[in-house]
Amino acid sequence: MGRFRKSEKKAAPAISTASLPDIVFMLLFFFMISTSFRQTDKLVQVKLPAATENVKLERKDLTSYIYVGSPIPAKQAQFGTDSRIQLNDSYRTVNEIRDFIASERESRAEGERDQMTVAIKSDENVRMGIITDIKQELRRCSALKIMYVARQLEQRN
Amino acid sequence: MARKTPDINASSQADIAFLLLVFFLITTTMDVDKGISRKLPPMPEENQQQEEVKINRRNIVVVKINSQDRIMVGSTQTDVSQIKDKIVEFLTNPSDDPNKPEKETKFIKGLGNYPVSKGVVSLQNDKGTLYNTYIQVQNEIVRAINELRDQFAQSHFGKKYALLDEERQKIVKDAIPQNISEAEPKDVKAKK
Repeated sequence: MGRFRKSEKKAAPAISTASLPDIVFMLLFFFMISTSFRQTDKLVQVKLPAATENVKLERKDLTSYIYVGSPIPAKQAQFGTDSRIQLNDSYRTVNEIRDFIASERESRAEGERDQMTVAIKSDENVRMGIITDIKQELRRCSALKIMYVARQLEQRN
Repeated sequence: MARKTPDINASSQADIAFLLLVFFLITTTMDVDKGISRKLPPMPEENQQQEEVKINRRNIVVVKINSQDRIMVGSTQTDVSQIKDKIVEFLTNPSDDPNKPEKETKFIKGLGNYPVSKGVVSLQNDKGTLYNTYIQVQNEIVRAINELRDQFAQSHFGKKYALLDEERQKIVKDAIPQNISEAEPKDVKAKK
């Protein structure tokens, strides 16, 4: 039984944690590079429609988002369940899109303003009436590059 | 140099890094947005007469979606799954049918003369159409065009469209343009 001698005298050597910060920093840099800051809190419920022929949204920094959907449960008592448009952090009407686009345009560098994209994140159960209104308003303020954001679905044939 | 410098205690560095990491994890998003990209036509000036763009009837296929989400392509009702094939057939017009779009021989730089189809897909929807259906139809139309572009790229360059370099992609784009027209919204009265 001599083999299983209890080593009470010898303390187990401490595991060196000197490399732990390096690992964590590596993770940190990975996340810093691959992510972007969350810009707004969602006030509408959005279940994106699915599509197969999606293209990537390039230049996220030049993109403005318009959310359309029914209000989140916490806000339904106040605003009902009808589809609403969310710009930045509040519910807005179609007529306010013009100001929104103008201010978004103002905040971008001058040379890149013509590359601005408006991404429409709309719930799949929204009726087209509201989307058409948005599109018309966007045309009026000549924000012509738009994208219907959709979920990626695997190719079907 | 026999004297040793005392080690700096680095055990709290991990804590600091973790703190930063958690902060970034919470405040950032990683989802890449994807979707269907579109270019809206500019709004006509108010005092300017809406000029009729003359497009030959044979060059247009009208895709209509009504408020019950039923889809019409041309004059027949169709299912979402059939739209793609119909559009492909319409745009290629393999049998030179006089009711399908004509082809115009254009000179494309880097390729030479190529008969480019003059077909236009016109999409019309109702106010009551579901957004989902609208996106499905948009998706199918884009799919039809992507399929044609892939075919073209495969036969001319031996590669899929997405794998070509920019210059060649442009050639393919010129040869198979994506002509989708969205009608001015009309006030469609509910049919009862």
